[in-house]
Amino acid sequence: MVVRVLNLNQMLHLTAGRVGGLFSRRAVVGLTNSGARMSSHHEVSDQVDMSQPMYWDRLDTPLPDRAWIDVLDSKDKSLKQKEKGPWTALSKEEKIALYRLKFNHTYPEMKKPSHEWKTVIGGMFIFFGITGLVVFWQGHYVYPPQPHTFGEEWQAKQIQRMLDMRVNPIEGFSAKWDYKNKQWK
Amino acid sequence: MTHASVFRGNHKCTTMRTPLASRCYSHAKVETDEEFDARWVTYFSKPDIDAWELKKGMNTLIGYDLVPEPKILDSALRACRRLNDLASAIRILEAVKDKSGPHKDIYPYLIQELQPTLIELGISTPEDLGMDKL
Repeated sequence: MVVRVLNLNQMLHLTAGRVGGLFSRRAVVGLTNSGARMSSHHEVSDQVDMSQPMYWDRLDTPLPDRAWIDVLDSKDKSLKQKEKGPWTALSKEEKIALYRLKFNHTYPEMKKPSHEWKTVIGGMFIFFGITGLVVFWQGHYVYPPQPHTFGEEWQAKQIQRMLDMRVNPIEGFSAKWDYKNKQWK
Repeated sequence: MTHASVFRGNHKCTTMRTPLASRCYSHAKVETDEEFDARWVTYFSKPDIDAWELKKGMNTLIGYDLVPEPKILDSALRACRRLNDLASAIRILEAVKDKSGPHKDIYPYLIQELQPTLIELGISTPEDLGMDKL
């Protein structure tokens, strides 16, 4: 059984013919460069072996299943030996080294704020902008002409007719018109 | 007059005088704070505690909605000593500081209470090692 899968490149060429205008042409140009790459990319990169104990930095789970650094060189091994003795004999640097062997980030490092929010807000505004352009293009190229009933002259006559009919004379439309002085109240 | 047993919750629904107010709450005994603390101190005091049990105990304890009492932490730190694991001892101190959340006065109190143990075992606090800063 042969399954013909279209890559992104081919799919865009098919749709480009149908949709005219600025936007789609820009999109095709932007994505064709990645098209060739995408068609050859099959493997998932860097899979984690979930059958082995994992390391994690989590505020709510302080002690992960394994140490950060598993393979120890001779210096680390001798430090680990020293750890078996009294800890009062360890210097501050040695204590820090032991911590860093077992753990990757300290709690303050885990809690460090990132700049991701700027990317999120920036991306949001970019998309608002693109949407604005699409809406503007749509208003110019897609919408049919406005009905003739929207015109200034027609609207004026419509309002006059409504007032003559006494539309909502108690609390609504005509109630707001001053018939004596021929103006809005 | 209500029986004292009403408060302890070890009576059957049928013996209540006002069946209109009968509710089907659990009759299980609620563990007191002292019992909870004692249980955890005993857990970490096991002489031949292994690394997995230490990890499991600490991760579970940190999962609770509370900051452990100094006596529990003392027991846990001594368990780290038996396992020759200084890094985990420091990690435990970091974890309880984080657990205190906005209540900044809990951690200094814990350190003050644990001071004799910290000195005895030679455990430096994260502050001593400059690891509380980025």
